[in-house]
Amino acid sequence: MTKTATLSPALTGTVLTRFARRRLAAFAVPLAILAYLAYAAVAFDVAGLAGRARMDNAAVLLSDFWQHKTHVTRDNRTGALRVAIDGEAKGVYPADRLPAWIATQGDATRIDLGHGHVVTYDADGARYDVPGYGLIDIRPQDGQLHLTAPQPLPDWISASEGRVSVTTEAGRFAYTRSKVETFRYEPGWALFFFTLDSPFHYMSWPEIAASALWGPRVDPDLPNVAAMARDFWTNAMWRHGDVIWAMFETVLMAFLGTFGAAILALPLGFMAARNMMPLGALRFGLRRIFDFIRGVDGLIWTIVLARAFGPGPMTGALAILLTDTGSFGKMFSEALENIDEKQVEGIRSTGAGAVQRARFGVIPQVTPVLLSQVLYFLESNTRGATVIGAIVGGGIGLLLTQAIQTQKDWEDVAYYMVLIVLMVMAMDSFSGWLRRKLIKG
Amino acid sequence: MVDLAPAHRDAYLELARRRRLYGGLLLVIFVAMMAAGFRLAESRNAGGFVDGLPMVLAFPSEVLAEAWQKRANLPGLLMAHLPSLVETLNIAAVSTLLGGLVAMGLALLSTRGLARWPRLTGVFRRLMDALRAVPEIVIALVLIYILGGGPVPAVIAISLHTAGALGKLFSEVAENADLKPVEGLASVGAGWGQQMGLGVLPQVAPNWLSYALMRFEINLRASAILGFVGSGGIGYDLKLAMQWGGGRYDEVVAIFLLLFVAIVVIDRISDHARGRLVRG
Repeated sequence: MTKTATLSPALTGTVLTRFARRRLAAFAVPLAILAYLAYAAVAFDVAGLAGRARMDNAAVLLSDFWQHKTHVTRDNRTGALRVAIDGEAKGVYPADRLPAWIATQGDATRIDLGHGHVVTYDADGARYDVPGYGLIDIRPQDGQLHLTAPQPLPDWISASEGRVSVTTEAGRFAYTRSKVETFRYEPGWALFFFTLDSPFHYMSWPEIAASALWGPRVDPDLPNVAAMARDFWTNAMWRHGDVIWAMFETVLMAFLGTFGAAILALPLGFMAARNMMPLGALRFGLRRIFDFIRGVDGLIWTIVLARAFGPGPMTGALAILLTDTGSFGKMFSEALENIDEKQVEGIRSTGAGAVQRARFGVIPQVTPVLLSQVLYFLESNTRGATVIGAIVGGGIGLLLTQAIQTQKDWEDVAYYMVLIVLMVMAMDSFSGWLRRKLIKG
Repeated sequence: MVDLAPAHRDAYLELARRRRLYGGLLLVIFVAMMAAGFRLAESRNAGGFVDGLPMVLAFPSEVLAEAWQKRANLPGLLMAHLPSLVETLNIAAVSTLLGGLVAMGLALLSTRGLARWPRLTGVFRRLMDALRAVPEIVIALVLIYILGGGPVPAVIAISLHTAGALGKLFSEVAENADLKPVEGLASVGAGWGQQMGLGVLPQVAPNWLSYALMRFEINLRASAILGFVGSGGIGYDLKLAMQWGGGRYDEVVAIFLLLFVAIVVIDRISDHARGRLVRG
């Protein structure tokens, strides 16, 4: 015979109400979250976002991220031809070293856009041969443009008296009275290694390797490898030298700020820990100072310090230092309060003074905890230093915001983004490595 | 009483001496690096450290003095900027919620023993690393170009970062979860979602919530900063007031007060709540 447990009715009632409450909570919490998100969607005007979003900007941005365009421009008054990457002065091809897809013969210029698309400039005007459509012929006469093209005109050709522009999948073409311009799009970042004024730009990779190893000197004063390094470092288009410096500045800000804060916060943490500092008033005062520093927040400190020290990496480092002193002070004092008193007592029993007790009884216990916190902050500060750099004007953050503000150098933005991610990941694994090295077992 | 043989004692002392030497050397190198780094940073800064030091308090005192003269304006300005503060809080809360939800999925998918597709755990981990590595400002600025100003770019940017950061912490918690409830649920034929929802979630919920609260504190600061660099929320108001310079410092002080009080209050509440969550 088995004995079944019977519950008193009161207990059953309690259990059932608890279950009911649980079940209610299981539905109520997701509902509350949903309701909040719905409120936020209204408050942020997500519905109006579709109207404000600039998808053409997105298209420009995405295409600039991975491809570049070459402008082939002829001045219709002087007849001068200019071939420039992204239309920038830094990317102008020398007249005797035009890319292979441009052929010049006297006045005539033939531009091969690929896939059968051919543009020709000559003394009469310009022609664009679009495969599957026909020939678009433009001739200026008496100050007006005469367009001859198969009718009806498709919507990718826009024509007025003063301007004809054609957009195809191979490129863009525009004719105005003053100039005629063709854009050819090509994948990749142009001139990433060497700009057009460097002789190495015109070599293929095997040629570059050969010239580095045994080729004759391009620049009589320098070995070829050094000349290559110099041309790469001073690349006017990508400014590798400045970018590397900026990255270094950013890491420097994080390094100085984090470790400076740790050095400052260590004694302060001792003074704010209950078991180290008998003076209650000082402890209380220090704690409130830490709270104040943390509450004011890095943003405000950055602004205040930037006023005093001007823009630059030192200002950023000091801002990080100040903000983190608050966080470290609090964390260190908490870690110090949680130590095992037995070790300290053992040291005390040998007749050690306060400093010796701290050195041999406390420090060895807390070092792993403190170091891992400091290293964790180092990696998050590397990210933070990018933002702080954008505010104080230093490091890669400044370059990034500048490139974004120009709203056209998106390939630079992509480059900086890749570099920032690599930098953060490198710091991440560096601090992880250091943590494992220093805190073994 | 144990006496060490003289040879052993010498060896020990030698070891101790060498350790001290290495420690000292490391310290010297570290200090030299700090000093050199500081000198370098100072040389690339617009203003020097010594010249700037007396100026540190000049700006705050100028601001405070002006605000004190116009202290009658403060209550009105506080009310005027309250909506911006609410927007900043909303940005932080929404991005913590969205990021946290994504992080929950990513964490479970990348934890050994719990993953839906065990072979893909590495992929989800790298994904979280990548999300963590991209600073919010990068995504926010690019999105502002496409979506225009407003809070949505900031929300997306902070959410993505939160998903990566919380995902890692969540997954560390989930790794220590007891697998017995999961096995029990699996034995009665529960699907993966049910196993996670009923077997893992109740175990990890307190720690996850505590991490999410901590993230909310961080995100509040981040959304203020993003407002300053980009647009939206109280950070943007602060930037506008700062750009105006003298004459509107009462506004600067009002915004600063709002931000300060919000950060301190939320830190306090979340500290308290986290303490209760983790200690039970």
